[in-house]
Amino acid sequence: MSDATRIAENARRADIRNRWWLTAPALFILFVAAIGPLLVVLLYSFMLKGDFGDVKYGQFSLDGWFSVFFERDIFDDTVGIAEAHVSILWRSVKLSLITTLLTLFIGFPTAYYISIQEPRRRDLLVFMVTIPFWTNILIRTFAMQEVVRNEGVINTLLVWSGIVDRPIQIMYTDWAIFFGMVYVYLPLMVLPLYASMEKIDFRLVEAGYDLYAGRFQVLRRVIIPLVKPGIVAGSILVFIPSLGAYVTPRVLGGGKNLMLGNLIDLQFGQGKNWPLGSALSITLLVIVTVALLFYVRNASKSGGGHGH
Amino acid sequence: MKKLLAAGIAAASMVMAAGAALADGELNIFNWGDYTSPEMIKKFEETYKVKVTITDYDSNDTALAKVRAGGHGFDIVVPSANYVPIFVKEGLLLESRPDQMENFKNVDERWVNVEWDPGRHYSVPWQWGLTGIGVNKTVYSGDIHTSAIFLDPPAELVGKINVAPEMNDVMYATIRYMGGKWCTDDKEVLKKVHEKLKEAKPKWLAMDYSAHEKMANREYSAVYYWNGAMLRARLQNPEVNFGFPKEGYPFFMDSAAILKDAKNMENAKLFLNFIMAPENAAMLSNFAKYANGIKGSEACMDAELKGAPEITPTPEQAVAGEFMLPCAPEVTEIYTKIWTDVLK
Repeated sequence: MSDATRIAENARRADIRNRWWLTAPALFILFVAAIGPLLVVLLYSFMLKGDFGDVKYGQFSLDGWFSVFFERDIFDDTVGIAEAHVSILWRSVKLSLITTLLTLFIGFPTAYYISIQEPRRRDLLVFMVTIPFWTNILIRTFAMQEVVRNEGVINTLLVWSGIVDRPIQIMYTDWAIFFGMVYVYLPLMVLPLYASMEKIDFRLVEAGYDLYAGRFQVLRRVIIPLVKPGIVAGSILVFIPSLGAYVTPRVLGGGKNLMLGNLIDLQFGQGKNWPLGSALSITLLVIVTVALLFYVRNASKSGGGHGH
Repeated sequence: MKKLLAAGIAAASMVMAAGAALADGELNIFNWGDYTSPEMIKKFEETYKVKVTITDYDSNDTALAKVRAGGHGFDIVVPSANYVPIFVKEGLLLESRPDQMENFKNVDERWVNVEWDPGRHYSVPWQWGLTGIGVNKTVYSGDIHTSAIFLDPPAELVGKINVAPEMNDVMYATIRYMGGKWCTDDKEVLKKVHEKLKEAKPKWLAMDYSAHEKMANREYSAVYYWNGAMLRARLQNPEVNFGFPKEGYPFFMDSAAILKDAKNMENAKLFLNFIMAPENAAMLSNFAKYANGIKGSEACMDAELKGAPEITPTPEQAVAGEFMLPCAPEVTEIYTKIWTDVLK
């Protein structure tokens, strides 16, 4: 090997080493703060449950996973699908889908409106969208409670203006949950949508009109394909936290119906079944990951087809 | 067992550092949120020149999990009656022998030989109460001393009821209402319990923790909830009445105990002795509005607490109450299944 190639080779190795050193802190944090705890949860899901919470360390058991999907009937001991878990899962997924659609429906025109303003006004509006993030989600949820409860802002206004003669029950219904969820997650939809819309070359819209497209056609064939990455990002950002939502359904929905988050909480608390709680958490994680992969792959396929 | 703050609030810690500069030592107390009289802590700090730190928890299970994990640095914990035996069984509590302390003579005989800590070798009474019925009497004026208020609600109350989202308390009242005993695994009884809960739930408005303000502001007309909270509600709104279900209801008592790995053992012992003095126990009650187990503390209580119907059941009302001890793990598993199925 000649000197020149050796020097080049050494330099290349040093470069790789440096990169590893530079990424080490990030990798370390990722492992310790994200992957490590997940491994603990995974291990717990395969252990025997302790008598009063916790697990019996080192004692392997599939009971936790069995109970995620199946249940032994309380009364006649027959084994069947864990119907309670399925309906709780379905309620959570449904709630998240509706929340995502509602935020998209409200967020799209909002982001569009912001993006067609002159730059200075745009910055101000984006800044205003981020204001809710300054406050803790719990406090925002309690504020929402003040708005929707029987003697709250909405009902007081409705009664005062004579539209209804007594307060309508919004609090503790699914409507209250939707109000709360949309309010809390809307900024997460508006910001990525705005980021995509800001980059739209409006000459393309004009070109669309020149080619005799109607307003709806321009929206569907020109604008939506251009902002697709924003729609995907916003939907993911809203859907995933909604799926695990805990505080909002509990405070605004009255806690009569369990969500996935509450079901997991029950197993770690009064149910004293940590392996089942761990297995349910992993199940939630897997569902989210699969949905995400499916969504991202689909989105990138059709998004790329428009080649701009 | 009283979640005076709404659910979901993560354990917040607050530091009461009055006279910290002079402190000779420290004491770390791990207790339910909104449950420790700041006035009493201040008095303890000034008397013994000790700096007290209080950390909140929101459920026995949270406290148990955190203490069991170790490295918490707490000296004192205040578990409920049904959790004291678990803490003892898991070897987490110090056998500090409060029964040999100077102020033990003040403990009401009723609370000395308790099932969860016979002879009080580990723990000292903090406060006690029960889960019962709160009703706004302008909405419903019939008999309120029954679990039928939330299990077979009268027409006036349908859709206006809040039930505490506590599996054990709700299962307890329902099992007793259906004629069973706590911790029963009798399938016949449990089947009836399951059906009764499924039938009753649609008639409830919510299962929420902020019942005291919502009874006071008429958002709810009836609740199954803790008596101290209903006392608070009545002080704000005299329409709120409290009932002791004659079919059976659960008592709770939280007791202060020293953790085995406490770092400030001597201060912790001073504290246990301190809260058994009537004037100090009275401060606890004045703050959280629950009864304590110390004789003579009534004399120092606020006027509104003396003889308050919520915290002083008559002998006839008291017989229906019982302490809820921990059930066997298999039984808890059945109860959790029923509970999950009702709330699905």
